[in-house]
Amino acid sequence: MKLNPAQKTIVKAAITAVAMFAFVFWVMVPLYNVLCKVTGLNGKTDPEPYTSVPAAVDESRLITVQFLATNNKGMNWDFKPSVHQVKIHPGEIGSLSFYVRNPSDKDMVGQAIPSVSPFEATDFLHKTECFCFTSQPLEARGEKTMPLKIIVDQDLPKHIKKLTLSYTLFDITALDKRNGNKKRTAGL
Amino acid sequence: MRLQARRLVMLLVGLLVSPALWAKWAVNMPEGVTDLSHSIYGLHMTIFWITVAIGVLVFAVMFWSVIFHRKSRGAKASEFHESTLVEILWTSIPFAILVVMAIPATKTLIEVYDADDADIDIKVTGYQWKWQYEYLGEDVSFFSNLSTSRDEINNSRPKNENYLLEVDEPLVVPIGKKIRFLVTGADVIHSWWVPELAVKKDAIPGFINESWTKINTPGIYRGQCAELCGKDHGFMPIVVDARPMDEYQEWLEGKRAEAEKIKELTQKDWTMDELMTRGEEVYTKVCVACHQANGQGIPPMFPPLKGNAIAVDRDKIGRHIEVLLYGVKGTAMQAFKDQLSEVDMAAVITYERNAWGNNTKEVVTPRDILDYKKDGKYTGQYSSEGGK
Amino acid sequence: MSEHHHGPAKGLMRWVLTTNHKDIGSLYLWFSFAMFLLGGAMAMVIRAELFQPGLQIVQPEFFNQMTTMHGLIMVFGAVMPAFVGLANWMIPMMIGAPDMALPRMNNWSFWILPFAFALLVSTLFMEGGGPNFGWTFYAPLSTDYGPPSTTFFIFAVHMMGISSIMGAINVIATILNLRAPGMTLMKMPLFVWTWLVTAYLLIAVMPVLAGAVTMMLMDIHFGTSFFNAGGGGDPVLFQHVFWFFGHPEVYIMILPAFGIVSAIIPAFARKPLFGYTSMVYAVASIAFLSFIVWAHHMFTVGIPLVGEVFFMYATMLIAVPTGVKVFNWVATMFKGSLTFETPMLFAVAFVVLFTIGGFSGLMLSIAPADFQYHDTYFVVAHFHYVLVPGAIFAIFAGVYYWLPKWTGHMYDTALSKVHFWMSFIGMNLTFFPMHFVGLAGMPRRIPDYNMQFADFNMISSVGGFMFGVTQLLFLFIVIKCVRTGDKAEAKPWEGAHGLEWMVPSPAPYHTFSTPPEVK
Repeated sequence: MKLNPAQKTIVKAAITAVAMFAFVFWVMVPLYNVLCKVTGLNGKTDPEPYTSVPAAVDESRLITVQFLATNNKGMNWDFKPSVHQVKIHPGEIGSLSFYVRNPSDKDMVGQAIPSVSPFEATDFLHKTECFCFTSQPLEARGEKTMPLKIIVDQDLPKHIKKLTLSYTLFDITALDKRNGNKKRTAGL
Repeated sequence: MRLQARRLVMLLVGLLVSPALWAKWAVNMPEGVTDLSHSIYGLHMTIFWITVAIGVLVFAVMFWSVIFHRKSRGAKASEFHESTLVEILWTSIPFAILVVMAIPATKTLIEVYDADDADIDIKVTGYQWKWQYEYLGEDVSFFSNLSTSRDEINNSRPKNENYLLEVDEPLVVPIGKKIRFLVTGADVIHSWWVPELAVKKDAIPGFINESWTKINTPGIYRGQCAELCGKDHGFMPIVVDARPMDEYQEWLEGKRAEAEKIKELTQKDWTMDELMTRGEEVYTKVCVACHQANGQGIPPMFPPLKGNAIAVDRDKIGRHIEVLLYGVKGTAMQAFKDQLSEVDMAAVITYERNAWGNNTKEVVTPRDILDYKKDGKYTGQYSSEGGK
Repeated sequence: MSEHHHGPAKGLMRWVLTTNHKDIGSLYLWFSFAMFLLGGAMAMVIRAELFQPGLQIVQPEFFNQMTTMHGLIMVFGAVMPAFVGLANWMIPMMIGAPDMALPRMNNWSFWILPFAFALLVSTLFMEGGGPNFGWTFYAPLSTDYGPPSTTFFIFAVHMMGISSIMGAINVIATILNLRAPGMTLMKMPLFVWTWLVTAYLLIAVMPVLAGAVTMMLMDIHFGTSFFNAGGGGDPVLFQHVFWFFGHPEVYIMILPAFGIVSAIIPAFARKPLFGYTSMVYAVASIAFLSFIVWAHHMFTVGIPLVGEVFFMYATMLIAVPTGVKVFNWVATMFKGSLTFETPMLFAVAFVVLFTIGGFSGLMLSIAPADFQYHDTYFVVAHFHYVLVPGAIFAIFAGVYYWLPKWTGHMYDTALSKVHFWMSFIGMNLTFFPMHFVGLAGMPRRIPDYNMQFADFNMISSVGGFMFGVTQLLFLFIVIKCVRTGDKAEAKPWEGAHGLEWMVPSPAPYHTFSTPPEVK
């Protein structure tokens, strides 16, 4: 089929429009996720366990890591860290746990979303073990203690002496029922 | 006659020059009480005057033309319509001005972002429609609700000076210390803003943001939520009470003692009257925004409590406690287990079961709430008047 | 051309089935004016509630619906369709084309709109009310916490988007392919240029808006978690996507206005536009910059320092091409032979007031200062200064400039000047005090406020009512002009230039069936 110039313009413009729609889903969203990873935007940490590389513990610095627990709306579990902060040297493993209890008479599934502040420190706070890597089912009236192991990277910028690891607990019972326990990231 | 005329003139002149009146008519950004707020105010004024200068220049040329190059004055139109030199000039000069402006702006921005070495960390959580403050490591945490009465909002009582800018429990902080705010939201996005501190940070559900301040002058500083967060976005103010360090310490002690006292009260035997009085207070503080003073709510979003089965049926007392403690998923009803003490919860449930003609005569005691928290059952064993 | 088809068909079906660019232009203009009145009525509700402290007229949940609908209707229902209407009427006549390139699609892109807005407005009567989350509909307020009617809101936005994209494709196809011989790109009137750039912006960003609302739809109904942190998503992602659309959108609403003013000022200064080429380049650079500044709407959201600095600098840069445009307009007036007919009054007011809006925009671009300005009435003042005396005054200017061409009658000039002065005073009275209350600490989108803001809010409300009522006068002037009035010449303005003045007034139903020769 031979197109006249006007038709060519129209086809090009229409393709651009469709491409821009696709751009939102298949470029903007993944790009945003990459950007978050690179810049520590929103303090979003790595969703995979960290495999520690052997490196000397940096005895010269002591870093305070604070822990916060927030319940999102509709999440009625008791949720709190065993200690409100730890002081560790970079390279050293810090261990603690979070306690959860489901006071309701329904089996539920929770998901803790981690976030680090300042954002600049995000890439330097590693978790070798965390309850946030998977969703956490909890039966009615059930309770459990969930371990957390962290390492502060030796390369943490010198000016940061204190960082905060915050967890927000969401009730994802409905989402879990719907989607199964598959990997959760923004996107399709 | 003459005297009155003179008074009128005095008043008018006073209106024009009285600094008091201009202060009432706040027309500019507050300078604030921190070093940072001063730098930001300075930036704001610098940029303002630069734009004024440019504006005066441009409009002068324009109004010169408007006045003197009118056809009615016999002006003949020139034909010029291009000048590369002029174009280059008025591209590069504004650019240079921008560069000059960018330097102090960047400096201040870097300062805003430097929350290192804070002395005190406070977690700020935005809820629909209140703030929670948690002093990290101090074991002190509380909610801060609007304390302006509904009567003032509905114009049945004169409005006080701090109308809509007052809370039941202000955020108390020391002066001269670097305070780091860790800001997050528990439902939708809010924004924590106190103009005098020049701190505004979005409270985003799931994520944590930080900001900081170091207050120079003791005083009470008021702000508001700055991000549309639903119905009562305009009714969740922030009040910061900055005090000298020793008074701050004293206040912290007081807070802890208060918590102890509440624990004791839980074990006390409560009469229905006591519970009703306290319950009404709690209700007007935390429930009234949605369920309304007459208990009729705003259906369908906010159901009525008056005549509602949950508040009148005897076998629904357990459910009543459950809903108050843990909220209702997928609705506007939030969990109050961390916001209200057992005493307040017992009081407000008792109030709801007996107000607006819900005359159940039933009493729920603080110990009932404690038991329910423990094993999710209501037995009614402590109720004095309830069991008929 | 054949002689058998002279004029329009008769009756209602003429308007339903029309493929004539002038008919469709008129439809767009009438529709946008109806929406302007509706959105304006909502603004009146807002101003009435804010007339004094306390809740008097509406409850907060309805107030939020009013602010949301006011914004949506004014942006998508009033300003954008008005510019499309002007484009339909004027672009073919300005470039010597017989009609738009795609007349049948043109009919479609208009007729989608009434349905889209009927759907949108009907949400107000649904259970739980209409959209109440602001015209920016930030998640999760609009997703997990939105009213049930949100789904209909999403469909309405989709329909508006499709309409805009079709309109934009039509404009591009017309401008690129139907220009009369000799009408090179760099000879096109600036209105055509600005619309060409606008059309490209529309094609680039309306699909992004469609993507954003589609993601909302999927989050609400299909269990995805684009914006839900609990499912691995991010509410801040919504803001990035929205403003990636939203900032170019702001320029979509102002670029055609630049075009109109660039036609009117030379006409009444009787002097060619100063720096035509630089005007074209300025428009293009503004359009380009609009894609890399979106996060300046999000300075308080918690963006890393580098990002904050980048977006601050990029935003400040916009002042350069915008400044060039203002300087060019002033240089055009300088040493001209000026008269002040109604179109010129609106155009001059545009230059002054848009510049004031530009200044507050520059202030807002300074990130640290924006921490104080963000989401206050200072921002409300800023964007109303660029949209009311910017977009809307330019539309009025355009209508008063071309109305004799459309109707063949001269309008009542005395009344039109009353319309101008009342609008000018009312508008400034409404929006200037908002700068003050904003700086003093009044957040936007609140139904009630502390007494310290009372005096200025009362002034704003009085100004708002004045501005609102004045627009009924405009309706009267236009209707009067359509029905009666002195016969207008082909070129009623002494200094006007362009092909549109070569055809008689009123412009015949079909113009330039044989393309004119452009020297």
